[in-house]
Parts: sequence; structure tokens; C-alpha cells
Amino acid sequence: MIRQVARQRYLIDFTLASMMRRKVKNVVLFGVYFLIVFVLASVMLFGSAIRREAALLLANAPEVTVQKLVMGRHDMISGEHLEALSAIRGVRRAEGRLWGYLFDRGNGANYTMMVPPASDTTHAVGPGEAIVGSGIDRVKTIGRNEYLFLIAPSGRFFKFTVKERLPEGSGLVAADLVLISEADYRALFDLPDGVYTDLALSIRNEKEVATILGKAAKAVPNSRFVTRSSIARTYESIFTWREGVLLALLGAAILSFAILAFDKASGLSAEERREIGILKAVGWETSDVLTSKFWEGALISLGAFLIGLIAAYAHVFFFQAGLLEPVLKGWAVLYPDFRLTPHIDPLQVTTLAFFTIVPYTAATIIPIWRAAITDPDTVMR
Amino acid sequence: MIELQDVTKVYNEGRQNAFAAIRGVGITVGNDLTAVFKGPSGSGKTTLLTLIGCLARPTSGRVTLNGETISGLPEKFLTEIRRKTFGFVFQRFNLIRGLSARENVMLPAYPLGLDHAALTRRADELLDHLGLGSKGGLSVEHLSGGEAQRVAIARALVNDPEYVIADEPTANLDTKLTAQFLDIVRTLRAEGKTVIMTSHDPRIWQADIVDRVITLEDGLLTADERGAHAA
Amino acid sequence: MIFHPPILAILLASTLSLVTLVWASGFAARLVRKWDVASGHAGQIALEKRTYLVSTALVFVLALEAVSLILFTENAERMSVLFVGAMCAIGTLNVNAYGFPALILKVALFFGAAVWLIVNHADGLGRDYPLTRFKYGLLIALSPLVVAVAAVQFAYFYNLRADVITSCCSRVFVPNAGGLEADLSSLDPAFALGLLFGGLGVIAVLALAALRWRAGRLAYAAVSLVYFAAGISAVISVVSPYIYEQFHHHCPFCILKPEYGYIGYWLYLPLFVGTSAGLGLGALSLKRTPASLQEALPPFRRRLILTSLAGFGLFGAVALTAILRSNLIMFG
Ligand SMILES: Nc1ncnc2c1ncn2[C@@H]1O[C@H](COP(=O)(O)OP(=O)(O)OP(=O)(O)O)[C@@H](O)[C@H]1O
Ligand SMILES: [Mg+2]
Repeated sequence: MIRQVARQRYLIDFTLASMMRRKVKNVVLFGVYFLIVFVLASVMLFGSAIRREAALLLANAPEVTVQKLVMGRHDMISGEHLEALSAIRGVRRAEGRLWGYLFDRGNGANYTMMVPPASDTTHAVGPGEAIVGSGIDRVKTIGRNEYLFLIAPSGRFFKFTVKERLPEGSGLVAADLVLISEADYRALFDLPDGVYTDLALSIRNEKEVATILGKAAKAVPNSRFVTRSSIARTYESIFTWREGVLLALLGAAILSFAILAFDKASGLSAEERREIGILKAVGWETSDVLTSKFWEGALISLGAFLIGLIAAYAHVFFFQAGLLEPVLKGWAVLYPDFRLTPHIDPLQVTTLAFFTIVPYTAATIIPIWRAAITDPDTVMR
Repeated sequence: MIELQDVTKVYNEGRQNAFAAIRGVGITVGNDLTAVFKGPSGSGKTTLLTLIGCLARPTSGRVTLNGETISGLPEKFLTEIRRKTFGFVFQRFNLIRGLSARENVMLPAYPLGLDHAALTRRADELLDHLGLGSKGGLSVEHLSGGEAQRVAIARALVNDPEYVIADEPTANLDTKLTAQFLDIVRTLRAEGKTVIMTSHDPRIWQADIVDRVITLEDGLLTADERGAHAA
Repeated sequence: MIFHPPILAILLASTLSLVTLVWASGFAARLVRKWDVASGHAGQIALEKRTYLVSTALVFVLALEAVSLILFTENAERMSVLFVGAMCAIGTLNVNAYGFPALILKVALFFGAAVWLIVNHADGLGRDYPLTRFKYGLLIALSPLVVAVAAVQFAYFYNLRADVITSCCSRVFVPNAGGLEADLSSLDPAFALGLLFGGLGVIAVLALAALRWRAGRLAYAAVSLVYFAAGISAVISVVSPYIYEQFHHHCPFCILKPEYGYIGYWLYLPLFVGTSAGLGLGALSLKRTPASLQEALPPFRRRLILTSLAGFGLFGAVALTAILRSNLIMFG
């Protein structure tokens, strides 16, 4: 056992020295490997982070949202429809929602302003009070006195007492969120009474949504109905589709990488071939050479994989996936400001390892074996 | 003691260019003797050495080591036996560039997983013994031809083999270094090791330490004479 | 749903395993006919060299299959949100008729590959590679399995439809629901506990017999397999309710979740190791010990028996700990 460990140590030592002697070749391979892992990991981390955010968001979303359309654009909707809507059989509750964005010229941040629904008793806020998301503290020093100052679009100053800070859960839902009371909201945005951003319907049985929509459309003309499942489907298809296209492109990249690895592994230089011949002649066995080569592959693979993964993590969560934005930015239409919550999932890492380490290993097994079976007597020629 | 019985070696067997380099050779070597194979180029000297030293398996025939048949063993076991029984010195030294002299000497013992300190000590002792005590850390491409050969000899000795096999050991050496090589062989012989060489060089087969000179022609043994030492 | 990345990864793994094993069986067929270890002819030497490639490739396949098995269950777990009615892996596996067969076949393939590598190792201990023919026969026997895994698994993923309403552990593992799962859940807890811990006793006794007699080793292997099934049944019927601290939650997958400290892995990993070693021991005992292994095989067999015992023992210990730590009271 100890012998085996010592043997592995000798082989690793030898492998490292041998890799150092062929720096250029190994650096090229390592670089390409790193790039593949980096891009692939970025796409996967980004896609899953968005899906996670969306899932969290959707979990709290109402089954149906009613929006008023004026000339095809979203407009404030009157609360007088609420009665008719809640009268429809199968609708458990109809509520007007008030939410929107407030641009803070002072620091260029965009806040999501929202009135917590009456049904949400845990987040009830009184006049002059506010509940803020974790991101607000970062851009605006609320300080010890717990006051939040906001400038309304009209230019007026508002002062709120910060009642509570939302925990860091999901960046999307909570980070830039400010919850204030209905009266304050109307005052801040100069809204007349009785209008809402949209109306939310909660429905007893998800299977009845279609029937309810039919009735609601008659009750509230000039409006658009967005169901939770349609949002979910849109999300899924946007992300999966884009991710799929990207993955397909990457598939091609992985394939060419595997070919490169194969080529590098089979295109042994005369020098390397001679070295293996010498090793075999002085007493190494095929499996010793195989093991040594295995370590070489493992060092390159694991090194490139770990570094690529860490770089991708930083790229997605600290730099907002800047390099991928143009490709994957579909979601931004729905949510203008989107901070991703760092999150890493073992399943995803394993999958990623499969897409990189496995093709690499598969592509190099045969060339490595070919090199390892070099006859020991070749060095006598 | 190594015994070859009716051994043949065919290169590229089963193909158009099949070639029988050794054609039915029977010979026994060993017993603290220094033996030299001579013969024209292409007569099969190197091939016979690879068969004696278990670097290659004979196409047919039997090879025994101290009475035990080893010609039928798979590579794994043959290598095990070869590693502890034979040390090799090649004509072109075959050191691995980029590694130090010491590491080159240690190389054959790597798969054994010996204690690192002990192995390093052994390598240094061998180098010291061969007059290279100060060169252990030097990368081998900076060594002179004679030094390189002595590193190769140290490498051959690291696993303390019973036999040292050398193919054309002096082909790349001048007269002075050839004499130096023969001195090393003399010491090895005195330590009880069997040295088996091939050579084109009369200075080798006529040397006073050679017990036996065997002539090969066309893959067959044609003469087996006593050397200067025995005479 | 084929384009779901983990599914693509699993399919990639099974394709690679398939290609490797089909190729290797082709080689095996040639080898079984021509192998003659003592020959020095070019054909034999080429065969021998190729065996290194096969061994390496099979190590690769075993690693692939092991990771793929984990990926398969984890992914099923994760995809459960996509199916109405699914709450964990069970629901996802029940979306169509191929889910559970795929899982079972994958487990079988894992054991197959593990056994092969054990025999491979033993073969390498004898100077004339005495088990080579047997080993490559085994490889040929393994290839239909890998084909089945690839096919059933593909059918499973191909037929995953999000609009299917499936039934999950809360419904499948209910004593009066009917079917095998229900039988497993309704297994009398006391009986299941007896099976779990009594089985360990039987195994310990058989281990002693296995050290001495070939029949003992064969019996040990058979019992390992039975114990594997018994262990899983016990997990379903008693251990998992203890872990969930819910009398009626019988699920062999939810225990793999982080909420339960991944305790499932602590249970299954030793169980798989124990079973693999036991089965390997059995495979090595199918034939009389070859002359060249008379010396080297017994210590290796001892190591296998110890490994297997340790695996099963650890499984029992983890199960016991889970039961003792639980606040659920099932008896008394
Ligand atoms: N790998 C090979 N494939 C084909 N033929 C070979 C191979 N190796 C050696 N031979 C042939 O076998 C014959 C014997 O070769 P060997 O090297 O044993 O001769 P030698 O006596 O050592 O010659 P030299 O004195 O030139 O070193 C030669 O004709 C050579 O061409
Ligand atoms: Mg020659």
C-alpha cells in the first residue's frame, strides 16, 4: 500500500518534470481547455441562475395578471373591475397591485417600488415606513438612523423609516426592492386613487384558468391576461432555447477540442517517443507509462476545469456575465435590472465535468495507450 | 544463468517484410563471466541481447533464467524480472534530457516505489563510485560523452542487477574512454556481476577481462571461443 | 427534454460506454479464440498489448457509469419540478414506464463493470494470466447489458413529457397502493429491521465460511446480492421514515437530498461497495483456483471479503445511527 502511494508519487514527479519540459504544447492545450470550460460554465451558471431567480419569482406570482392595454401598451388599470373579477366562480381573490420602478439620479440605481398586497401580512408597512431589499443598502447608505430618502419623479423629497431589511435570498426578488404603503406610493408617483399597475387574480384550481380567462375577458375589455404558466413557459423556452443553441455551438467546440487533444496526444514528438522507449527499456512497464500519462491528463484536466470554473463563477456573478449578455439577454426585456445571486449546484458541476473531462479523456485514451505500448527494444536501434 | 534453447526472433512476423534475425540459437551465459558477441553488422547481435535481457520475447524457443522458464511470461512479469536481474547500457546512452544525472539514475527504480531518501542516497553512491560525485544535480545534456556513459552505467546498476548488458558500449568513445570503460567492467566483474556485451571493437574482445567471445553470423552462432582472460 | 444538459451528459456517458463495450466484445471474441499466453508470436503480443487498452477503457467505463448513476438520480430529483405530481426522483422516474427499468439496469451495469475489474485485477496476479479467457467471456456477457442500458435510458429520456401527471413517493410508497413499491413499504418494520441487522449476522458468518471454502464464497456472493435488495427494502420500509421522521414517508431517494445531510449517499455508497466486492468474490470462485493463483489469490480474496464486510457493516452502522438519532418512534 505504502509502496503503491510512493510509486504514484514518483510517477507524478516524473510527469510534472516531463510536462515542464514541453511547456508550449501543454500551455496551448491548457489554454484551450480552460476557455472551453470557462464558456461552458458561464452559460450553465448563468442559465441556471436566471432560472432559479425566475422560479423564485414565479412561486410568488399570481396565477393570472390583468393588464390594461392602451394602443397596445401597458397602462394603469382601474380598480373598479375588481368586483366583477372576484365574482367569477373559481377566483379566490382579486387584488389591485401597485409596482413600478424609481430611478435614483443620485447614484444611477433603479429601485423596484412596490406596495405589499393586503394578503401579505408579514410585510405590512404603515405610512412613512419602508421595507428594503438587501441591494438598497449597498447603493444607498441608510445608516444607523434607519432613514431612507427618495426623490419622487416630480422632484419632491420623501423620507421613510426603514422598518425591516429583507434577507439576501434571491437577488432578483429582493435586492432592489422597496416596499412602501399604498398612500405613500400614490403620493410618490402622483397617482390618483383607484388605479393600479395591474390586477392579480388568485385562482382556486389551476385547471379552471382557461374558463376563468374567457369570463374575465368579457368583464374587463381592452386588457391582456398573463398567466403564471405562460410566463413560466416563456422563461423556460427563452432560456432553454438560447442555452440549447449555445450548447450546440459549444458541442462543436468541444468536438474540435477533443480532436485537438487527440492530435496532441497522438502527435508525440520523436523526443517523447524516445523517452517512452527509454523508460520501457530501463524497467518501466506499460501500466507505469499509462499511469504517468494518466496523471498528465488529470493534472491538465482538473487544473483547467477548476480554474475555468472559478473564472466563470466570477464572470457570471461578479461581472454580470458581461461576455454573454448579447447572446443570452432575452430576460432583460422582462426585468431591466438583474443581479444574480451567487449559487453553485453540484449537479451542474458534475454535468460540466462530463462535457469537458469525459471527451478529453475519451479522446486521449487511445493515443496514450499507443505511446505506452512502445516496445522496449526500440531504443537499441 | 540464462539459457536460450532453439530461440528464433522474426521481425514483422506475418507480413511481407518478415525477417528472421535470430534463427534457432542455443546458448548459455552467466556464471560470473564477461562475454562479448561479435559479428558483422546485421548479424543479429543486438537482437540476441534483447532476447537474453528479456527486452523482447522470442518468436519461438525457450528462455530460462536459473532454470525457470521466462519466455512465456506476459510483459508485466517479464518486466518485473528484467528490472531486478538486468541493467542495460545502450550505445547511444539514452539518458532523458532535462532531468538531472541523479534523476536519470533513479529512473528504473521509480515503479518500485522505494523510499525516496534511500533511493537518492543509492544513486549518489553509484555516481560517486563512478567518479561523478559532483555532477549529480547537473542536467544530463551538459555532460561529456564519457560522463554520460558513466551516468548510464550508474542507471544500469541502480537496482543492483546480477547482469549488466551493454550494446556497443564503446562505439562512441575514444581510446582513453574505452580504457576507462574497461576498468569499470573490471570492477563490476570483481563484484561478481556478469557483463554481456556486443562489440565491433577488437580492443573489447581482446581485452584481458573478457572470458568468452561468441561470433554470430546471419542469425546463427558460428564460434564460441575463450577470451583473453580465460586464455 | 433530451436537450437538458444533465440528460445530454448521461446520454454521452452511455454512448461512450456502449461504443467501448461493443468494441471490446469484438476484441474479446477474437481473444477468446486466439489467446495463448506462452506464445511469442506477433499475434499474441499484439493481443496482449491490446488488453491494456481494454482494461484502461473499462476503468473509464466504470467511472463513467458510477458518476452517471449519481447524475441520473440527482437529475431525476431536480427535474421533478417540471412534472405535475412529482416531488422527488420517484415522480420523475415514474413519468414513463422506462424510468425504473433504466435505473435498475444501470445499477446492474455498475456491478457488472465492478466485477469485471475485480476479475481483471485477480487475473493480473497470476504469471500466466489464468483468468483471461474467463474475463473476456464475462466482457462479452456484459455487452447486451450495456446495449440495454443505452436503449432503455434513451427511451426514458426521449419519452419524458412535461404534460404527464405522474405519481410520486407520497403515492407510490404507500402500503395499500398495490405494486412492488407498495409491498416494500408495507413490509413489516420489525421484519425489515430483522432483515437489515440479522442479514449482517448471516453475512458475517458466511464471511468466515468464505475464507475457507469455495462454496462459502459462492454463497457469500449470492447473499451479498440478496442483502443488497434487502438493504434497499429496509431503507424503504423503516430507515427512511426514521430519517424523515414521518411515519408514512417511504422514499429511497429523498434521503439523498441535502436537507437530510446527504445521508443517502452514506447508506448507498457502502452498500454498493459491499455488494460489488461480494459479487467479485463470487465471480472469482466460479472456477477452481488456477495453479498460478494458488498463492496470490487467497490474500486478494481476503481483502475482498474484508472490503465487502466493511461496506455492509458501514451501511448497517449508518442505518442504525439514523434510527437512533431520529425522534420518530415506530415501536413501543
Ligand atoms: N524492428 C525491426 N524490424 C525489422 N527488421 C529489423 C528490426 N530490427 C532489426 N532488424 C533486422 O534484423 C537484423 C539484425 O539486426 P541487429 O540489430 O540485431 O544486428 P546487429 O548485429 O546488432 O547489427 P549492428 O552490428 O549493425 O548493430 C538486421 O538485418 C536488421 O535489419
Ligand atoms: Mg547492433
